[in-house]
Amino acid sequence: MIKKILQGIKATMGIYEARTDGVYGLLAEFPHPGALIDAARKIRESGYQHFDTHSPFPIHGMDRAMGLGQSKVGYLTLIGGISGLGLATWLQWWTSAIDYPINISGKPFFALEPAIPIMFELTVLLAALLTVGGMLAMNGLPRPYNPLFYSREFLRVTDDAFFLHIAASDSNFDLQETEALLKNFGASSVEVIHDHGHSDLNSA
Amino acid sequence: MSNPLKGSSLLMKLIDPLAPTKSDQYPFTASPRSYIVLLLAGIAMTVISVAVGMSEAFLEQFYFSYLIGWVFCVSITLGCLFIVLIKHLVRSKWIVSLRRIPEASAASFPLLIILSIPVIIGLLDPHGPYHHWTTEGIADPTSEHYDEIVSGKVAYLNIPFFLGRMAFYFIAWTFISSRLWRLSVLQDITHDPHLSVRMRHLSAWGLPVAAITTAFAAFDFLMTLDPHWFSTIFGVYFFAGAFLAAFCFTTLTIAGLQRAGMLKGVVTREHYHDLGKLMFGFVVFWAYIGFSQYMLIWYGGIPEETAWFKYRLQNGWETHSGILLFGHFIIPFIILLPRAIKRFATPLAIIAVWLLVMQWFDIHWQAMPVLHKDQAQFHWLDLSCWVGLTSLLVGAFLWRFSRHAIVCEGDPKLEKSLRFENV
Repeated sequence: MIKKILQGIKATMGIYEARTDGVYGLLAEFPHPGALIDAARKIRESGYQHFDTHSPFPIHGMDRAMGLGQSKVGYLTLIGGISGLGLATWLQWWTSAIDYPINISGKPFFALEPAIPIMFELTVLLAALLTVGGMLAMNGLPRPYNPLFYSREFLRVTDDAFFLHIAASDSNFDLQETEALLKNFGASSVEVIHDHGHSDLNSA
Repeated sequence: MSNPLKGSSLLMKLIDPLAPTKSDQYPFTASPRSYIVLLLAGIAMTVISVAVGMSEAFLEQFYFSYLIGWVFCVSITLGCLFIVLIKHLVRSKWIVSLRRIPEASAASFPLLIILSIPVIIGLLDPHGPYHHWTTEGIADPTSEHYDEIVSGKVAYLNIPFFLGRMAFYFIAWTFISSRLWRLSVLQDITHDPHLSVRMRHLSAWGLPVAAITTAFAAFDFLMTLDPHWFSTIFGVYFFAGAFLAAFCFTTLTIAGLQRAGMLKGVVTREHYHDLGKLMFGFVVFWAYIGFSQYMLIWYGGIPEETAWFKYRLQNGWETHSGILLFGHFIIPFIILLPRAIKRFATPLAIIAVWLLVMQWFDIHWQAMPVLHKDQAQFHWLDLSCWVGLTSLLVGAFLWRFSRHAIVCEGDPKLEKSLRFENV
């Protein structure tokens, strides 16, 4: 049960489990960005959920084609901001008015005026940290090991190639049918990826 | 090069220095009644305010009320000028489809010069708002009007220099804005991409000139009302309010034009989103600057500086200060925070109106405690001067706006702006 939930959460980050026979998924190459957007939309409309696209540069409209929806990272920013504001207020009030009050040139032990800069800074700091941290976590990054790296072709993804990857963990996944579907949607080549659990790219 | 844009009569030049141009693709389609009504209402209200206000009973009040309304109009126009200058300098693409609005609004300076006459009369009047430092004998130790603090500032605070500075500000602003306006309309006709470069070159020196003159204009028009007090950040504070007001004005104009059936598909939800983000950003910036000014004075605790805030925290003005804090910062901050609000015209337009009222309220809060130290109050002249001048300004803006294409159709970046999307 818990394992299933964890797998679900990891799947939203783009981290998919391999099948028991080691099949990680299918990697399809597309000739140009337009074909990739097209294929992503059709794959989504065919009911697939565990898939991702890879390209050397961001492609406008890909979010909508993949059905990614609005990023939720903004809520984390809000939580970070409110925590920072609360922490800064409490910290300054407790240290200067409760724990160790010192009279400095007749100023009140705790006043909002001098406290606001710190409240502002901590609001920004925690909001920013949670935004960046949350963004990385929601994307499943950093991710030094990815079974897709077994593919020699995939090396070109940072250069001139456009890939769509469908994970074997998707409930609609079927080795033959999915491969036929990808070919049908315009893939120039489709490759089966196996997860060996260790990196042997150099010896392959 | 012959000048196809040479304007006609002198009076018309006050509204628009350029001859009208035709646009097939993006014409102004609303009836002229829209701006004629605004203009006539504005003129009527301003004339009544001046006529009644110049009588003995209301004179002091009138000078202040008029100054506040006039500075409000100057701030919107200046803010629009800054939008255009920064747009050209950073070569921003998204704003091209709606640039014509701040551009046309920034060309209002000639009108504002005419409207400054009551302010200048007030400056010369011994009972005017600036009487504290314009009084005869202020620097003369034997005079009963001798003021030791102001006597140290007479090199700056004297009527000829004040008028000279004021002339310089308005000549500079008029020159920059009308040139940008002319080049942009010329680009509608010629579609010459080189004109974009010329506008950028103009903005490169125009922006620092506008920045410095804005800061000193804020010192002159508002800070010298209380000549003992000083704050170096005051110019930035004025800019923050003006820039915010200009975005509100632009948003509101677009919402109104779209209701009248124009700019459909030209200004999209994505553009509203960006305007909303800028409004949100400058709500925060205004508060940041306003608080910086307050905190340093609070911390220093020097009587000559704290007095300014003391006047605004007693005798009813503390309510105004509170309204300013919540109405100009906390409430709009919370409302503008969610993404959805910024993407829809109606809620954004309502907030824009609210923030424009707050901009006036802010100027009122800066100026009026000088006159009414003992009791915070509004006067009907405050309202009539403000509404009258604003309606006159907006009417003239719409008239100017209606005489040309309502979109910068010659700008090579227009295509990209139309397709703009927030990622």
